[in-house]
Amino acid sequence: MDTLDVARWQFGITTVYHFIFVPLTIGLAPLVAIMQTAWVRTGNERWLRLTKFFGKLLLINFAIGVATGIVQEFQFGMAWSEYSRFVGDVFGAPLAMEALAAFFVESTFLGLWIFGWDKLPKKIHLACIWAVAIATNLSAYFILAANSWMQHPVGATFNEERGRAEMTDIGAILTNNTLLAAFPHTISAAFLTAGTFVAGIAAWWMVRLVRAGQADKARDVYRPAVVLGVIVMVISGVGVALSGDQQAKLMFEQQPTKMAAAEALCQTTSSVPFSILAIGPLGTGADCDKVTHLLEIPGALSFLATGDFSATLQGTDQLQQEYEEKFGYTDANGEPISYIPNLAVTYWGFRLMIGFALGSAALALVAFWVTRKGRVSGNVWVGRLGIAAIATPFLASSFGWIFTEMGRQPWVVAPNPNPGGVDGVWLLTARGVSTVTSTGTVLTSLIAFTLLYGVLAVFWYRLMHRYAIQGVADSEHDPSPDNPENDPDTAHERPLSFAY
Amino acid sequence: MELTTVWFLLIAVLWTGYLVLEGFDFGVGMLLGLLSRGDRATKDRDRRVMINTIGPVWDGNEVWLLTAGGATFAAFPEWYATMFSGFYLPLLLILLALIVRVVAFEWRGKIDDPRWRSLADRCLMVGSWVPAVLWGVAFGNLVRGVELDADHQYVGGFWALLNPFALLGGATTALIFLTHGAVFLALKSDGDVRVRAGAFAARASVVTLVVAGAWAVWAQLAYSVPWTWAAVVVAAGALVVLVVAAQRRKEGLAFTASAVAIVAAVVLIFGSMYPDVMPAFDPANSLTVTNASSTDYTLTVMTWVAAFLTPLVLLYQGWTYWVFRKRISADRIPDHTGLTFEKLPALSTPDK
Repeated sequence: MDTLDVARWQFGITTVYHFIFVPLTIGLAPLVAIMQTAWVRTGNERWLRLTKFFGKLLLINFAIGVATGIVQEFQFGMAWSEYSRFVGDVFGAPLAMEALAAFFVESTFLGLWIFGWDKLPKKIHLACIWAVAIATNLSAYFILAANSWMQHPVGATFNEERGRAEMTDIGAILTNNTLLAAFPHTISAAFLTAGTFVAGIAAWWMVRLVRAGQADKARDVYRPAVVLGVIVMVISGVGVALSGDQQAKLMFEQQPTKMAAAEALCQTTSSVPFSILAIGPLGTGADCDKVTHLLEIPGALSFLATGDFSATLQGTDQLQQEYEEKFGYTDANGEPISYIPNLAVTYWGFRLMIGFALGSAALALVAFWVTRKGRVSGNVWVGRLGIAAIATPFLASSFGWIFTEMGRQPWVVAPNPNPGGVDGVWLLTARGVSTVTSTGTVLTSLIAFTLLYGVLAVFWYRLMHRYAIQGVADSEHDPSPDNPENDPDTAHERPLSFAY
Repeated sequence: MELTTVWFLLIAVLWTGYLVLEGFDFGVGMLLGLLSRGDRATKDRDRRVMINTIGPVWDGNEVWLLTAGGATFAAFPEWYATMFSGFYLPLLLILLALIVRVVAFEWRGKIDDPRWRSLADRCLMVGSWVPAVLWGVAFGNLVRGVELDADHQYVGGFWALLNPFALLGGATTALIFLTHGAVFLALKSDGDVRVRAGAFAARASVVTLVVAGAWAVWAQLAYSVPWTWAAVVVAAGALVVLVVAAQRRKEGLAFTASAVAIVAAVVLIFGSMYPDVMPAFDPANSLTVTNASSTDYTLTVMTWVAAFLTPLVLLYQGWTYWVFRKRISADRIPDHTGLTFEKLPALSTPDK
């Protein structure tokens, strides 16, 4: 392995780790805010109990999301310094905006929310969790603006003298069509994750209570949570599908190698089928022709890409030739460049993403059916499905990102093929890695991060599991200073409502 | 004023915010082991008093670092690239420390078990000591200059970063943060912790004055420009005030003085570097505000964003400090509410 491989593994591992926790935070913060809003508006303590219950899970998750996120802010400079030099003028702006506009808000107002239950008026306290919820989503927007620019650079020009990309239009970067498709897709997936999480845990509890003869409690507290989860899953599920379709259409236009690889489509053909299952040596682009497609839907890929069942799509062989003519046959070391990403990863990443997303759909259908018209269910399989479904959107998100990022290879900044696109603004991943940093140094950090993250993930899982099976507290009295029982004048004499 | 200079100043401001605010967070973390006494339960109570003085604010304080990092990337990409790839291993240690610190804060109270808490406390202490020392080492090297080649790449290696001047810088930041944390605790807590923190600050401030003073004078004489004498004088004056105020237990004044000392230190550090952002041993290879910067367009866009958002951040962070302005004492710490890994809840009727 050389520095490039180690640095790629490190970025992949740390980012996939980070994005295990991120979607849950993005989706769960608004759901907790909705629960708390329901409590403030209706005064029904069921919603206070659910707010506190899912709030605890949100905080356990938020901590590790922050911890794994810190690394990302610096990793560009550490392991990818040449990339940072090339793109910094453009790429740094959304990162800095994210910190200024979103990180400050979420960290500050989360502190106010955690510790402010008995210090802030009820509505101000509620506004704090809404500020957190909005800021987590805003943060996703900025970081996706940065990532979308790497997939489809806009609003920039290449400065030959300095050998770098330079920003010309921040508006174009913040309205990049890739961003406008990636943001809804990512956010919908995050809401799908959180909806599945809430519905899954609540369904398990509902079943458990019904079987223990406490159907009233199941109906009173957990059924509303299941219903809320199902509503969120249905809306976000539709959002995921629609935005995914939009994204795929853009990808065919803007990153044809990614989509051709994702379909193991070797030759340019018309009326292209959508491959559901394929076998063969799915490795590098060179093996494409040896792949056998077992199960296909005729014309479906052409339709997905263009809206026309008979449309012609470019295959990897032609794309490789076209890219070689445009960007060169060999790299700086005289090695031939493959412009086609790893077929196995892109082909299966795409299918696993879609496949795992169906886990949420299964839970949504079942949970919707068993809770219809005020019913609760004691069917043990409903509880088991609830638990099993929780993992699926996490897996779908991971595979989706692995597909998106590995499908961009060999580029770290993919060329924008649109006519009048930004000439010269592209960079091979091999040219982006730090040159002064030794392989041993990056290997050290790779091992350190992987081990530490591994240990933390185990603790995270045990904490989440432990708190989930604890369930809602049986009584949660209104802790706010608006409660007549809590005299604000003597607040500083009472124990803190929350302390680490 | 040139936008490049504006951004140099703004990054100095972000670092000032980070070091002043996280300075006492680090100090509190470092003092967890030093100021808690008695049997296990009393010790834990003391530690919870300390941790909760910064409970609602430490996360927001840490964001100043992420923003300083992001702003450096946006405004001076060459600086960002050279510094973080060059100082790779020290930065790795800082990141590992910050990671364990974050999760220790949030997860400490989640499990009601003395071993779990003691593990979290060790993470908090290590997570505070390591960056407190290493940030000083890093800034010491920035002031002193480092070995950059003609492509502005750092080629000095890891061990060159551990020179006497930089190590004294590490000792300086560690001591300043320890004292800053102690005066913060004296200001924000009540009872035993307040008394002990006051006594600790009284002693630590003297050592800090000597070590930090020595480092500042060394920096000024060896690596700086005439006008930064003003910063050295202000820092020295603030440290003297800090010593006197700490002896007399004037908690508010002592905290103000330690904060002013940190601000003066940042002025000295950034004043010494300017117009370089990363001085090289061979001045021809130095990264300057000009050759490391982004384009005028990027800087203009970012200036608007920063001009609009930075005052807002100061406003709502200031409000947070106001909301949580009351002192925290041991009798206000609630009982542990954490669960244990062992005990599982049983429902009244067993599951069929």
